[in-house]
Amino acid sequence: MNEQQQTLWNFMAQQSDKLLQQTLAHIGLTFISLFLSILIGIPTGIWISRKKKWSGPVLGIAGILQTIPSIALLGFMIPLLGIGARPAIVALMLYAFLPIIRNTYTGIIGVNAAVTDAAKGMGMSPSQILFKVELPLAMPVILAGIRTATVINVGVATLAAYIAAGGLGEFIFGGIALNNTNMILAGAIPAALLAIIFDFLLAKAQHFNIKKAKTAFIAIPIILIALSSFYLLPSAIGSKMLAGFTPEFMGRSDGYLGLKNKYGLNIRTVVISDAVMYKAAYEKQLDVISGYSTDGRLKAYDLVVLKDDKTIFPPYYAAPIVREEVLEKYPELEPALNILSGKINDSIMTELNYRVDYLKQSPEKVARDFLTQQKLYKKPRNGKKGIIQMGSKIFGEQYILLQIYAILLKGNTDLSVETKTGLGGTKICFDALTNDQIDLYPEYTGTGLLVVLQPDNHTIQSIIGNKESVFDFVQKEFMRKYHIKWLKPIGFNNAYTLMMRKKQASDLKIRTISELKMYIDDN
Amino acid sequence: MIRLKNVSKFYKSTKAVDDISFEVKEGETVVLLGTSGCGKTTTLRMINRLVEPSSGKIVVNGQNILEQPAEKMRRGIGYVLQHHGLFPHYTVAENISIVPNLLKWSKDKIINRTRELLEKLQLSQTLGDLYPSQLSGGQQQRVGLARALAAYPPVLLMDEPLGALDPVTRVGIRKEFTTLDELKRKTILMVTHDVQEAFELGDRVCLMDKGKIVQIGKATDLLFNPINDFVRSFIKEQHFQLELENIFINDIWSLLPKAIDGTNENKISPENSLWQVLETVSARQQGFERFVSINNNDKKQIEIASLMAAYTQYKNSFNHE
Repeated sequence: MNEQQQTLWNFMAQQSDKLLQQTLAHIGLTFISLFLSILIGIPTGIWISRKKKWSGPVLGIAGILQTIPSIALLGFMIPLLGIGARPAIVALMLYAFLPIIRNTYTGIIGVNAAVTDAAKGMGMSPSQILFKVELPLAMPVILAGIRTATVINVGVATLAAYIAAGGLGEFIFGGIALNNTNMILAGAIPAALLAIIFDFLLAKAQHFNIKKAKTAFIAIPIILIALSSFYLLPSAIGSKMLAGFTPEFMGRSDGYLGLKNKYGLNIRTVVISDAVMYKAAYEKQLDVISGYSTDGRLKAYDLVVLKDDKTIFPPYYAAPIVREEVLEKYPELEPALNILSGKINDSIMTELNYRVDYLKQSPEKVARDFLTQQKLYKKPRNGKKGIIQMGSKIFGEQYILLQIYAILLKGNTDLSVETKTGLGGTKICFDALTNDQIDLYPEYTGTGLLVVLQPDNHTIQSIIGNKESVFDFVQKEFMRKYHIKWLKPIGFNNAYTLMMRKKQASDLKIRTISELKMYIDDN
Repeated sequence: MIRLKNVSKFYKSTKAVDDISFEVKEGETVVLLGTSGCGKTTTLRMINRLVEPSSGKIVVNGQNILEQPAEKMRRGIGYVLQHHGLFPHYTVAENISIVPNLLKWSKDKIINRTRELLEKLQLSQTLGDLYPSQLSGGQQQRVGLARALAAYPPVLLMDEPLGALDPVTRVGIRKEFTTLDELKRKTILMVTHDVQEAFELGDRVCLMDKGKIVQIGKATDLLFNPINDFVRSFIKEQHFQLELENIFINDIWSLLPKAIDGTNENKISPENSLWQVLETVSARQQGFERFVSINNNDKKQIEIASLMAAYTQYKNSFNHE
């Protein structure tokens, strides 16, 4: 435990620059959006307290906004506002609307009618009633709303890292993807602390005597503006080209670190989720992205893969990995899973992914069509012998593979299947597997090597060029360390690659990563 | 002075107030009496335009209220509410000085006026720095009255000013109100559902039902000349007490026997009501003492038997009118 804390402390000390920058960005994001939300939300709340027939629709819309999953809301923003700070701020602002509008409305409605009646009867004007009576009396309720909104925003702002807006989410998602607990904590602990501190400070403000409500009127905007100013938009330094990399890619030696070390690539980068990365590249928000060579969106968005001429990306052959215990319990499991071995090459996988990612067909349909076409489809048997828990990471290809395996198992054995799709990144899937939460999931040899096993650099260099050596190594080590068996590879290699828009690449005559580096250095 | 002429208020199809006309003369107190929903509060609130009349004309101090800016007009009319409506975030002193502040009085003038009002309403000066929630119900109601009086409005509207108080506090404050010199000079329109309060505080009482005025007049008019059964039944329960409270020695002066000279006299003012006299007389023991009332060298004997006889005679005189 002590050692764990020590290393976490070391990690945070090592990354203190980045940590500070991310924390400030996080505070900035939270408060700019909060400030805008207050600026719009409070007048809206006041307005619907006057025009009550509008209160239903307005609160309804604010409520619906709140129910949209945060990552989806961020996704919706991309086509409208691109990537980076703007969509993140707008999305966060929309999230903060509901508590602010609702509490302003409730606070004003809740002011004793006799008091407003007296105010009116004594000859106060509507604006005097608003500013001298209603707002001061509603202030504790309004502050409670702002408090709720702040805590929500601190939390949701972590997701801003998915659309290149920075913040503590960069560490959190990087850590999840890289199986690095310290990195996760380095993001999660400050985020939690921010939430607690702001909640505490606002609670203080809230219990401030209502007499001093006037001070709150002036103090709140000033504090908000000060905190908002922490968020300095990433200044444009370095190259004109902008690269968007996933949190996982940013931290991997076969990712951004390798690009810097081996190629000397010095490109301006932002962290972004792979869910929106391709689209952002297509819409010219980004010029270079990290991607997977079998990704269907490669075809859909007319992107081209840059040749890895110095071989920093190891082979990523996909294969199911299964707990040994389960294989022993159900001997028929392994042959059934191996039916798929050698059946899907790169181009088939890309096509299947294209159908799911771009044509929006369901993974089940795509899986079934594929097996029918390959004449591997069999009707489900009784499924009474036992249940196999299958997991997958959170992207289309894994969903398809899972559905294929589900159909194969049901058709060829008496086992039934439960699927747990969308288990985030490698760390979540792998932890679920070693903790017996799932029995198997599809993994990639390169990921097993670099993310899970993390052997020393010398070992990596000796095997990385050869796909069989990598497979043999991970198969041997997984069995020894975790009692997890790598079954036969499915056939395709879903390697990391760098991609650009086809047109831009050909205009600039960039075909390899080395040529990209030269282009950037020259400009 | 307040004058209403053919004033009505409709809410969609219901008539809350239906074509009423009456006048409150300068310095007079008129009480609007009636059950809840009879339109009395709506009538009151139309005068300071918290409710806009649907039709008719309302004149306050010679000016048509609809022809002035509502806010300016309201600052000239004191308004007392049932649930006091004090600002919970203002101190007592700040509450009292709301209207003077709106009228942009000087600071000194406001401070002096606040002090004066606290004193007149028998509130300790230290209460000025407290918040309304720290006061008792009776104190809150007094502050509410002080606030309405602050800017010397000639006209005062009171909406069930004692309605939220317990009966004991209520009687106490009612007594105070009747003796408050600032209230004596005002033109007051007050709303209540309490018959006794209406008869005690009002120079005239205006009984309303279903948006219309049933009868308007002095207490004795309603008591002895009820215009219909509604009036009769409305005051039936407390009729006897009300009668005694509203007949004064002066009223039955001629009907009382002359006093016999003697010693050991107790004087009773002719301004007293029969009720008060009966209370005083019956409080004495065994009739050892004699009671007389003196008015302009005229001296009358006061005994229960002769009082009752005069009372009956007085009442009968109304029936023959």
